[in-house]
Amino acid sequence: MTDNATVLLDESGIKRALTRISHEILERNKGVQDLVLIGIRSGGAFLAEEIGRSIEVIEGGAVPVGSVDITLYRDDIKSQVPHLPVGKTDITFSLEGKKVVLVDDVLYTGRTIRAAMDALMDHGRPRSIQLAVLIDRGHRELPIRADFVGRNVPTSTKENVALIFNSNNQPIEVVLEK
Amino acid sequence: MNLLIKGGRVIDPSQGLDDTLDVLVEGGMVKEIGKGLQAPAGTETIDASGTYVTPGLIDMHVHLRDPGLEYKEDIISGTRAAAAGGFTSVCCMPNTKPVIDNKAVAGYIIDKAKSAGFANVFPIGAITYGMNGERLAEMGELKESGCVAVSDDGKPVVNSELMRRALEYANGMGILVISHAEDLALVGEGAMNEGFTSTELGLKGIPRVAEEIATARDVMLAEYSNAPIHIAHVSTKGSVRIIREAKARGVKVTCETAPHYFTLTDDAVRGYNTNAKMNPPLREAADVAAIKEGLRDGTIDCIATDHAPHHLDEKDVEFNVAMNGIIGLETSLPLSLKLVADGIITINQMVEKMTVNPAKILGICRGGLKPGATADITVIDPSKLWTVTEENLASKSKNSPFLGWKVQGASAYTILEGKVVFSGRQ
Amino acid sequence: MAEFKHRDIIALRDLTKEEIELLISTAENMREINSRAIKKVPTLRGKTIINLFYEASTRTRTSFEIAAKRLSADTVNISPSTSSSTKGETLADTALNLLAMKPDIIVMRHAVSGAHYFLAKKVSCSIINAGDGAHEHPSQGLLDMLTMKDRFGRLDGLKVAIVGDITHSRVARSDIQGLTKMGSHVYLAGPPTMMPPCVERLGNVTVCSTMKEAIQDADVVMMLRIQQERQGKTLMPNAREYSRYFGLNPDNLKLAKPNAMVMHPGPINRGVEMSSYVVDGSQSHILKQVENGVAVRMSMLYHVCGGELE
Repeated sequence: MTDNATVLLDESGIKRALTRISHEILERNKGVQDLVLIGIRSGGAFLAEEIGRSIEVIEGGAVPVGSVDITLYRDDIKSQVPHLPVGKTDITFSLEGKKVVLVDDVLYTGRTIRAAMDALMDHGRPRSIQLAVLIDRGHRELPIRADFVGRNVPTSTKENVALIFNSNNQPIEVVLEK
Repeated sequence: MNLLIKGGRVIDPSQGLDDTLDVLVEGGMVKEIGKGLQAPAGTETIDASGTYVTPGLIDMHVHLRDPGLEYKEDIISGTRAAAAGGFTSVCCMPNTKPVIDNKAVAGYIIDKAKSAGFANVFPIGAITYGMNGERLAEMGELKESGCVAVSDDGKPVVNSELMRRALEYANGMGILVISHAEDLALVGEGAMNEGFTSTELGLKGIPRVAEEIATARDVMLAEYSNAPIHIAHVSTKGSVRIIREAKARGVKVTCETAPHYFTLTDDAVRGYNTNAKMNPPLREAADVAAIKEGLRDGTIDCIATDHAPHHLDEKDVEFNVAMNGIIGLETSLPLSLKLVADGIITINQMVEKMTVNPAKILGICRGGLKPGATADITVIDPSKLWTVTEENLASKSKNSPFLGWKVQGASAYTILEGKVVFSGRQ
Repeated sequence: MAEFKHRDIIALRDLTKEEIELLISTAENMREINSRAIKKVPTLRGKTIINLFYEASTRTRTSFEIAAKRLSADTVNISPSTSSSTKGETLADTALNLLAMKPDIIVMRHAVSGAHYFLAKKVSCSIINAGDGAHEHPSQGLLDMLTMKDRFGRLDGLKVAIVGDITHSRVARSDIQGLTKMGSHVYLAGPPTMMPPCVERLGNVTVCSTMKEAIQDADVVMMLRIQQERQGKTLMPNAREYSRYFGLNPDNLKLAKPNAMVMHPGPINRGVEMSSYVVDGSQSHILKQVENGVAVRMSMLYHVCGGELE
């Protein structure tokens, strides 16, 4: 962590936020029937797994969890020289007719979510897509909003919000870097 | 016009001369060589201090492409390039269109060169009619019309019986046979030397033995027929060995190599550089070392260029498609001087291999500065630094692997029959 | 993190270990697309790719075409029979004419080794080599490595035997260049008439005097295609004798490690370099190679599009 960074959420804060989001997801969807979680690589994928575990604890039933890499769907691919490495998309179940909860760490311009939704559509036709994010920092460039938010943080575009993981890929804090 | 070349190091191995002397030229002939010569009235004086004054250089192996392939080179551009390279005489190979297998073509070349006036051109006639390898050309008439040797250069005489008879017949006519030694079956579709580089680049290789078998055959035929033979463009260690052994046995064999064979290895082909494509191909370090040793110990008699101009369209293509050959008239002198600077051969040996020996082998009245001799003189500035560029080459074609090279040494004055035909490169 | 900065992919010789790893890992991650119901991502939307094939090749051309289409690029196929090359147009002129139509990538197969380097000097778009003479076939080398990595999880320390006409094989050269960079040890076998000089200097390569020596304890046995028309009359007596000394059959395959992989770049001459029992046997990964070909070519197309002019 750099000197000019503020901790927005610590480990227990993250845990509480994810637990709350898990409850809200269950409440909105009335249980785990047809529910699937898809995390956006890389941060969102780990959060999706956390939420999955949390839902299992609360509800007693497992929810399928997958991950999507959006590199190939980015709208700025042409300006990336050299091209970014491509991550693995891991969705081993059908999305057809499913209620998909897309999970990401930080919601910012909305472009990542747009790309992720396009990617999901290529995997089938879900009944609905909802969005869960740990941090919503504002500055949307597309008409996208989150259904479940861990914390709203007003930021300037010069700042950076980062989710920090430990070596076991457990989220340990969210920091605001100036 | 009379000339006094003052204060140069005059090197003429034909008369064992190597001293700081003046050379007086009158009426196109060497009048006198000595110290402190006085110029008669109306004599132009050349300050030759710091230079080598040598018999005009002779390149016994060039392709002037005229008649028929003038888009590559012609007699005027080719002899201009010769003069710029310090050569006062060149011998042009018969693979023109039509082939030099008759008096008319030979005469045309000699006349055109004379009227251009940049260098003497001594044609080399064909061994076989049309260079078809089928029947002997009229060597007697070729000799009478000014040809100084016969060769089917560019291709070998495949038929051993025909080669034997060519050697015998030419010997009877007093004309030398120059062998392009290559076993075509072994060459096949080969595009470069066979070795590690060809393996890595995936190019079909030409094995050394393709040259060596043909060299051995022709040396043996010459030995059997007791006729002289000259082996063109020697490029391999094995060929040098074969010729060295034959000379030791008393076979009347002479040979030449070209500057690229003692300067470059097949590494120059990397990047699929078509300006490093020629036949025989550039070989490997051990061959380069053997060529240098052959030059040093006298096995290799001459340095010739195998000046082979090709149009850009024939070189700026895929490697396999590109024509074989590179130009060499203007780079031969600095590359040969490099051998002297590196202590491989002496300056006297270099002058011998570029003047006296080719003249002797071909029986042409050049290659010496004795009073009374034709005043073909090259004044060599061994310290001249210059860069080989397309712009500063006089040849019509620019297919040189040495483009961009910084080299040392050039002709300061090329003097043909007493007239300065080239003075100083920029 | 490795980055891929090349505009062209002409030879694995020109790539670093890290760049090869990146191309392979991207291919691994792109494979998922090929098993979807909708086998398409929008990544190269609006890009135009010309497949310029001077030599016939159903497999490689189709694989490149599918790879391009899965990335949403537009493809045009040009082959000698339909092009003006038969009318004497030079490669440079053909390329410049194609360039005027603004392609982003030219995928070319050409019979002349090094033709792609020549082309790359003439055009401003990316060049991908789909095979040049006896030089290289980088996409084949990459897909071979990916297929081996699938099976072993690594390339480092593998013993890979390559058997056949090494001299004329661009596949062998790309495999040797790639595998030795990745830490594999390559053993070559074939009649001496088909073994190029100094090939052991290309990397960690051992030339074996018999096929047995090469495949003994091998993790991978790669058989090369024997082409009667290429090997002609001077390189081997006939297919029958070749098969007897350099063909892979269930018996000599036992010399390799148990469950060793059997591979072949295709197309196969059944009964010549390989017996059908091996081609269709449980150790054969030949169809897996073909499958991986699409992913590898997607990876190549993706990365050259992000490459810089060198």
